[in-house]
Amino acid sequence: MIAGDWRPARVARASAATPSARVLRLEVSGWPGSAAGQHIDVRLTAEDGYQAVRSYSLASYGDATEVEIAVDEVPDGEVSPYLVRDVQPGDELEVKGPLGGYFVWHPQDAGPVQLIAGGSGVVPLVAIARAATDAGAAASFRLLYSVRRSEDAIYRDELTSGAEDGGVRVTWAYTRAAPPGWEGSVGRVDDALLRASVWPVEQNPLVYVCGPTGFVEHVADALVELGHSPGRIRTERFGGAS
Amino acid sequence: MAVVSRGFGARRRESDPHLPPGQYVTEDFPVLSAGPTPRIDRAAWRFEIREGSELLAQWTWDEFVALGVEDVHTDIHCVTRWSKLGTSWRGVSIDTLLAGVDSSASYAMAHSYGGYTTNVPLAEMRGGRAWVASEFDGAPLDPEHGGPARLLVPHLYFWKSAKWVHGLTLMDQDAPGFWEQNGYNMHGDPWTEERYW
Amino acid sequence: MSEHDEPSVVDGNAVAGLLSEVFAGDPTMFVGTCRGCGAVAVFAEAVVEMDDDAAIVRCRSCTHTLFTVLRDGHSVRLVIGALREVHPG
Repeated sequence: MIAGDWRPARVARASAATPSARVLRLEVSGWPGSAAGQHIDVRLTAEDGYQAVRSYSLASYGDATEVEIAVDEVPDGEVSPYLVRDVQPGDELEVKGPLGGYFVWHPQDAGPVQLIAGGSGVVPLVAIARAATDAGAAASFRLLYSVRRSEDAIYRDELTSGAEDGGVRVTWAYTRAAPPGWEGSVGRVDDALLRASVWPVEQNPLVYVCGPTGFVEHVADALVELGHSPGRIRTERFGGAS
Repeated sequence: MAVVSRGFGARRRESDPHLPPGQYVTEDFPVLSAGPTPRIDRAAWRFEIREGSELLAQWTWDEFVALGVEDVHTDIHCVTRWSKLGTSWRGVSIDTLLAGVDSSASYAMAHSYGGYTTNVPLAEMRGGRAWVASEFDGAPLDPEHGGPARLLVPHLYFWKSAKWVHGLTLMDQDAPGFWEQNGYNMHGDPWTEERYW
Repeated sequence: MSEHDEPSVVDGNAVAGLLSEVFAGDPTMFVGTCRGCGAVAVFAEAVVEMDDDAAIVRCRSCTHTLFTVLRDGHSVRLVIGALREVHPG
């Protein structure tokens, strides 16, 4: 029974992705399918009736009834520690969605496309990258992924091997510490890195920026200063620290 | 009945009886402002009490300080859910500022340099419950935190403690200030969670 | 629908279908006009302050509150502020 658009869902799989994040696959009854970049609201109800709702971007897209999210643990959070530390396959929760038509890529949208992720902001961009690869459009996609350290990168293996197999090209940025052998700089994404890694302004790329609010605003402002048109920049802010 | 999630709810924050509902203690002092920080020179600073178009009282900085600055130890509660316990201020009591003012008004609109306004009933500011504060934590109040002086009404949500305060306009009827026109409660009592419209 | 060319005075029952067209589809794509500054933008681009009880939705150009969505237990309500006009995207 779908009560107020909330669909019952069951955790099908839970796997550690980074020291603080977990990938969850949820089997959702009657899932209507989703476009790349959309999100769901997840509702948890305690035995005494207390409820909490949080939004999570989907890493998956398409019609399959099993959807995929990645949850990064917020220290002292109420919901993310439960999803990252406690929830087990077989556990039940409720899902509303798919939600959001703004931060979405459709195969008919003309390229090139620039994806820019900060931390857990990579999740909806992974959905977009998967859709682009499946549509044979990966050659016109680039991803700039900023993380604190290499081990904090969710979907690191998928993105690295994808890039090696003719998938979306990935540029890594490390803000706290780089992996051994790294020849680039370490620190916040700056104009020089954007100029070096992002599709040039003349190619009029469609840009998707997702991550903590401070990161998104810093990057979006820098892109506009570099000459990108604000109308070609889509943003999704996750709140939290920069 | 919604689907119950096994084991959920164990990590919910317990309410602390010393705090108003929904608040959490912080050791920081977050800065939240609607616009840029005004920079006001003490030589040019004035505190005014008006009613309608009439100026009832006015002080320069030196005159203000000469009224008598007292110590204030209190907890403050922001509507964005942080509370800071045991804060120390020094300021001139609103009772002192209103002492020579002859008015039957029941409300005041606090005006700040930079245009910010917030409304407070006079009854909430009398009786040793409100000050114009010039020092925080033993030092002159930082411009980021509202210096040279801010209104301090600690028993209401902290958006009522207008930074860069310039004066009070007394009113017979209550009227909404800036945040009160933009989604926040006219009264703002943290203990009954009067946050929003 | 009126059977005459002039507008007829009826009541709110008559706009059920019409209103459901205004609020159809994905809310993030609704286009709103701010009474404070006249800016026109999709809801997805508004500045939103959000916690468990409320979402305060502000105009990104002038920061005036467009509307607030409040959750009280299991019910929600919408308080309208500076949102002057809205149409589905």
